[in-house]
Amino acid sequence: MTGWQSAGLLRLAPPLTLGLMAIPVVAGLSGTAIPALRGGGAALGKLLDWPGLPRAVALSLGTGVASTLLAVALTFLILAAFIGTPRFTRIRRTLAPLLSVPHAAAALGLAFLLAPSGWIARVVSPEITGWTSPPNLLILNDPFGLSLTIGLVAKELPFLLLMALAALPQIDAQRRLTTAATLGYGRIAAFAFTVAPALYRQLRLPVYAVLAYGMTTVDMALILGPTLPPTLSAQITLWMAEASLSMRDTAAAGAMLQFALVLAALAFWRGLEIGAHRAVIATAELSLRATLLDRPAALLAGGASLLITGGLALGLAGLCLWSIAGLWQFPDALPETLTLKTWMTAGPSLTATAAVSLLIAATATLVALVLTLACLQAEATYRLTPGTRALTLLYLPLIVPQIVFLPGLQSLALPLGIDGTPLAVAAAHLVFVLPYVFLSLSGPFRAWDPRIGTTAATCGASDARIFWQLRLPMLTGPILTATAVGLAVSLGQYLPTLLIGGGRIETLTTEAVALSAGGNRRLIGAYAVLQLLLPALAFAAALLVPAILWRNRRGMRVAA
Amino acid sequence: MIGTLTLDGLKIRLGNRTLVDLTIDIHAGEVTTIMGPSGSGKSTALAAITGTLAPDFSAEGRILLDGKDISDLPTRARRIGLLFQDPVLFPHMTVGGNLAFALPPNSGTRAARHERVATALAQAGLDGLALRDPETLSGGQKARVALLRTLLAEPRALLLDEPFSRLDANLRAQMRRFTFDRARKAGIPTLLVTHDIEDARAAGGPVLDALGQSLPDAGS
Repeated sequence: MTGWQSAGLLRLAPPLTLGLMAIPVVAGLSGTAIPALRGGGAALGKLLDWPGLPRAVALSLGTGVASTLLAVALTFLILAAFIGTPRFTRIRRTLAPLLSVPHAAAALGLAFLLAPSGWIARVVSPEITGWTSPPNLLILNDPFGLSLTIGLVAKELPFLLLMALAALPQIDAQRRLTTAATLGYGRIAAFAFTVAPALYRQLRLPVYAVLAYGMTTVDMALILGPTLPPTLSAQITLWMAEASLSMRDTAAAGAMLQFALVLAALAFWRGLEIGAHRAVIATAELSLRATLLDRPAALLAGGASLLITGGLALGLAGLCLWSIAGLWQFPDALPETLTLKTWMTAGPSLTATAAVSLLIAATATLVALVLTLACLQAEATYRLTPGTRALTLLYLPLIVPQIVFLPGLQSLALPLGIDGTPLAVAAAHLVFVLPYVFLSLSGPFRAWDPRIGTTAATCGASDARIFWQLRLPMLTGPILTATAVGLAVSLGQYLPTLLIGGGRIETLTTEAVALSAGGNRRLIGAYAVLQLLLPALAFAAALLVPAILWRNRRGMRVAA
Repeated sequence: MIGTLTLDGLKIRLGNRTLVDLTIDIHAGEVTTIMGPSGSGKSTALAAITGTLAPDFSAEGRILLDGKDISDLPTRARRIGLLFQDPVLFPHMTVGGNLAFALPPNSGTRAARHERVATALAQAGLDGLALRDPETLSGGQKARVALLRTLLAEPRALLLDEPFSRLDANLRAQMRRFTFDRARKAGIPTLLVTHDIEDARAAGGPVLDALGQSLPDAGS
C-alpha cells in the first residue's frame, strides 16, 4: 500500500487471507482423521466401548440444538417487540459490553450465581428456604445440561442480536414494518411476515456458527455442564489431556464422531429452516393481524432480555465481589469483610498470566487487522466483489468446531516442534480472530463514501495517499472497535490455547477454567475479573479515543 | 487544441441501452451544459471522463484534454477537477487541511503552502476560516470551500455534477455566479450537468442532452 510497486502484493491479500483460514481447518481435519482411522478401527472400537457415549452424544445434540433454538427465537422476539422503540436503543447499548465478556467468565459468573452455595441461594437463605448450609442439589452441572443451555443462550443471544442489527438496514426493515403497520398488522405479525424471512437469510451463517459452537463448546461445558458423563467435546478434551497415545486416538475418533454429529445437526437445522419458512409464507396469506399478540410478546421479550442481562451482570458482579471477599460464610448475602489479600498474594502470577495473554492477543489482532485492511483495500482498488463462497470460507473456522480440527492441528504441530510457544498459540488464535475482525471492520470500510476517494483522486491524490490520509484516519473508530473485538476473541480462547500451547502456555482463560474445578472462589474471581477487564478496557478505548480525537470534528461524530 | 476538453464519440452503454453519446469540444473559459432528467446518464458521462465508471458500464470513444488522449489514464493523472452535489469535504481535517490536501505536491515550503491556502480563502470571502471544522460552516461556505479545493489542484478542466441543486434558492444564484466566474478566470473548459434550466441559462454556453442532441431553447 506504499505505491504501485506493492500493488501486486495487495492483490495477493484476499487469497492469502482465505488460505490462512482454510488451510489450518483442512489440515487439522485430516490430522484428526488419520489417527482416528489408524489401526483398523481400534480407536473407534475403544470409543464405542465407552459406556458414557450415548449420553454424551445426546447431551451434545440436546444442549446445542436447544440453546440455538432458544437464542434464535429470543433474538427474533426481541427484535419484533422492540424495534424502533426507545427500549431497543437501550438494549442495543448493552450488547457490545455483553459480547466482550469471554465465554469462560460468563460461565463462571453464572456458576457463582446458580450454584447451591451461589449468590441466589445466599440471598434467599435462610429466610425463605430455611437452608443454613448449601443444599445437596445438582443445580449446577445438572445431568440434563440445563445450566449449560442457559449459559449458552445468555452468551449467544447478544451475538445474534448484533449480527441481526447489521443485517436489518440491508433488508429495508423499517419501511417493510411501516407498510405492514399501515395495513393494520400488529408488531409481531408484521415482523414475522415481512421481515423475519429475509432477516433469517442474512443470519444463516452466524446461526450455523452458534449451533456448531453450542454443540461443541469445551470451556463452558467444563464449568456449567454435566460431569458423569460430560458432553462429548468435554470428554474428548479430557482424553487429549491424558499422557497415553492410545487415548489420543480415541480422542481423535471421538472428534470425528463429533464432526458427524455437527453435520447431522446442521442438516436437521436446514430442514427446520425450510419448514419454518414455508409455514411463515403460508400463514402470511391468512392475513392474520394478530394485534393481541403484541402485549404478551413485549412482556416476554422484556422479561427474557432483563433476565439474561441481569443474570450475566449479577454473575459478573459476583465474580468481582468474590475476588475481594474476606470471610463470606453461607448463607450470608454479602461477605463480612472486604480485602485485597487475594490480589496481593496472586499478584505476581496474575500479572505474568495477563501479560502472556495480552501478548498473544495483541499479536493475533495486529496480524488480523493488517490482513483485513489489505483485503478490503484490494477489494476497493480492484473492484472485486466477494462471492458467497468467500464468505463461507470466512465462516469456516467458526462453523467447523474447534474440537474437531484442533487435535489434528496439534498432532501436526508436534513433530515440527512449534507447539507450546506463544507464537504458535497466537497463530492458532489468528484463525478465530480474523473472521471476527473482518466481520467487524468490513461494514464500515465498505460504507465509506466513495465520493471522498473520487474527489481526492481528481485532486491528483494517489491510491496510497487516499488510503493513509483519508480512509484510514476516517475509520479510526471502526478500526479501534475491530481491535477490541479481536483482543476479546483471543483473550477468550480456551481450546486453541490448551491444545496448541501443549499445556505449557497459561492464559487468563486456561487458568480460570483450570481453577474452576477446585473450590477457590476468590482466586477464580480474580482471574475472571482480569479476563473481563482487559476486553472491557479495549472497548472503552474504542469509544473514548475517537471521542477525544474528533472532539472538534462534528462530521466525524455521526460516522463514529 | 490547448485548453480544450474533447469528447470524441464517447458512447456509454448499460446492457444494450445507450445512455451517453457525445462528440463535443469545450474550449478554455467555456461552459457546456448537459441537461436531462435524473437517470438519463448525465452523471455516467462525468464518471467516464474522470475515469471512475463502474464496471457494469461499457464505454467507447476517446476523451482528449489539450489534444492528448487521457482515456486510459488513472483518475489522479487526468488533471480533471470534479464538484459533486454535496461539498464532500474531508470531515476529519480542518478547512485549511482540506485545501492543502489539493495543492500540487511541488507547492513549496510549509509556509508557502499555508500562504496559498490563506490567500485562496481570503479571495473567496472566507478569511480566517482555515482552522475551522468544515462541518461548522454554512452551506454556502462549504460549497465555496469545495470549489476552492478543486481549483487549488490546478485542474486542466472542470466538471460540475449538479453542484447547486442542494443549495437554498437565494444562495443558488450567488453560488452560480461565483462558480462560473472562477471557472472562466481559471481559463479552463467546464462541463456542467444539471436538470435545472436556470443553471444552463446562467452557464451561457451550448446546451445538449446526454445523447448529444442540442437543446437550443434552453440556452436562450
